[in-house]
Amino acid sequence: MPATNMSTLKAEAKGLNFYYGAYHALKGIDLPVAEKEITALIGPSGCGKSTFLRCFNRMHDLYPGNRYEGEINLHPDGVNILNPKIDPIEVRMRIGMVFQKPNPFPKSIYENVAYGLRVRGTTKRRVLDEKVEQALRGSALWNEVKDRLNSLAFNLSGGQQQRLCIARALATDPEIILFDEPTSALDPIATASIEELIAELKEQVTILIVTHNMQQAARVSRYTAFMHLGEVVEFGDTGTIFTNPAKKQTEDYITGRYG
Amino acid sequence: MEPLDTHISRQYNVELENIRSLVLQMGGLVEQQIDQAITALVQGNQALAETTIVADYKVNNMEVTIDEECTQILARRQPAAGDLRLVLAVIKTITDLERIGDEAEKIARMAVQLAGEERPKNNYREIQSLGNHARWMVHDALDAYARMDTEAAVRVAREDRKLDHEYDGVMRQMVTFMMEDPRTISRVLNIIWAARAIERIGDHARNICEYVIYLVKGKDVRHISLEQMEKEAREAREGE
Repeated sequence: MPATNMSTLKAEAKGLNFYYGAYHALKGIDLPVAEKEITALIGPSGCGKSTFLRCFNRMHDLYPGNRYEGEINLHPDGVNILNPKIDPIEVRMRIGMVFQKPNPFPKSIYENVAYGLRVRGTTKRRVLDEKVEQALRGSALWNEVKDRLNSLAFNLSGGQQQRLCIARALATDPEIILFDEPTSALDPIATASIEELIAELKEQVTILIVTHNMQQAARVSRYTAFMHLGEVVEFGDTGTIFTNPAKKQTEDYITGRYG
Repeated sequence: MEPLDTHISRQYNVELENIRSLVLQMGGLVEQQIDQAITALVQGNQALAETTIVADYKVNNMEVTIDEECTQILARRQPAAGDLRLVLAVIKTITDLERIGDEAEKIARMAVQLAGEERPKNNYREIQSLGNHARWMVHDALDAYARMDTEAAVRVAREDRKLDHEYDGVMRQMVTFMMEDPRTISRVLNIIWAARAIERIGDHARNICEYVIYLVKGKDVRHISLEQMEKEAREAREGE
């Protein structure tokens, strides 16, 4: 896949195949991920975009029978994060994830954000306080929750819970954040604020986002990959993909035509 | 460019087809306006000229209607790729068609002025010829648009160059007339205005052809040489 004037490469999938048992879900995927840019993955249901996203933090390791082939290299060190010798916990510290539905832990706002840091062994209260504030500011939630950090996360609204999950992902200073349809359970106002947040986050982290909402991909991303039946059909600059895609399949999908 | 009628939403097919055919209707109206304006001038038919001037409102109304339809599609459908290019090409095309309508109106106004004057020996042969040429360019540009034919679009753009040469010839001739007999100056100036309007019609027809190439190929071919435009229009898109 040609990368159009791509800035620095943060990660790169090379010949990636993935199997759910006997089912061949991802077929020879090659995809560059530009550093501190937003890359969107679009495609019809079942095309493998979420499966692909989950490979980036080794989520498939949680189920037996799943198998990776090929590489996802994380730069600048060039480590292949799919290598079984690499600890998935370490991968997840470097690559955070935010899901479709906000999924805060049944804990306080503070503890939700501090969780990853505690897993990592940080115990000093001062350090935790600082990091929690930083992460909550980073996810534009601080002003709304600073006076009730000890109240239960479930008391927050859906949009706030999603921003809390983003803060939780930010707390460990990840290099990449994966978003799996992060706004599909939110109303348009909360969606707009999450999109705004994602746009701001790209100043500090690399973002990979899966979305069913093509306008969302068009609004937020710099690069877009269109996936179909487990393959990347087309990858390119988002502006080009949405005005003048090279492949018929891409055009049919983004214009709502019969595949 | 995929066929218009293949969307999952049939209503969307209808809406896109609607703006596409409205443009052709507007184009037909504009062609008729040019035809009448030229005929009125050449034949010294003041009544026909006045009818033409009045009828310009129809062209303007169509522009407003089509613009509104396009706005609705943009707001409701958020078209992408070829569909987006179609809506944009339509919006731009109707602006040029409306201007062509204005030029036809200008020619008709000159026809009114000239109707009371002495007629030249050649019966405005040069205006008839220049006018026919421009009118056919508009016709062929709309035809290229209707058939999404980039080759035809390039041919029309090439015609514009010929029209410009023809216009230069008319200008030289008019200057000669004025030098030979200064009493003709006021009349000849009116002819020059009409010729100028016809030449502008050719430019608008060329613009429409550029939108056809943008629509079909996704390439912006404005402000480049004719040769470059031909090259871009011929280049196959990936997957063709």
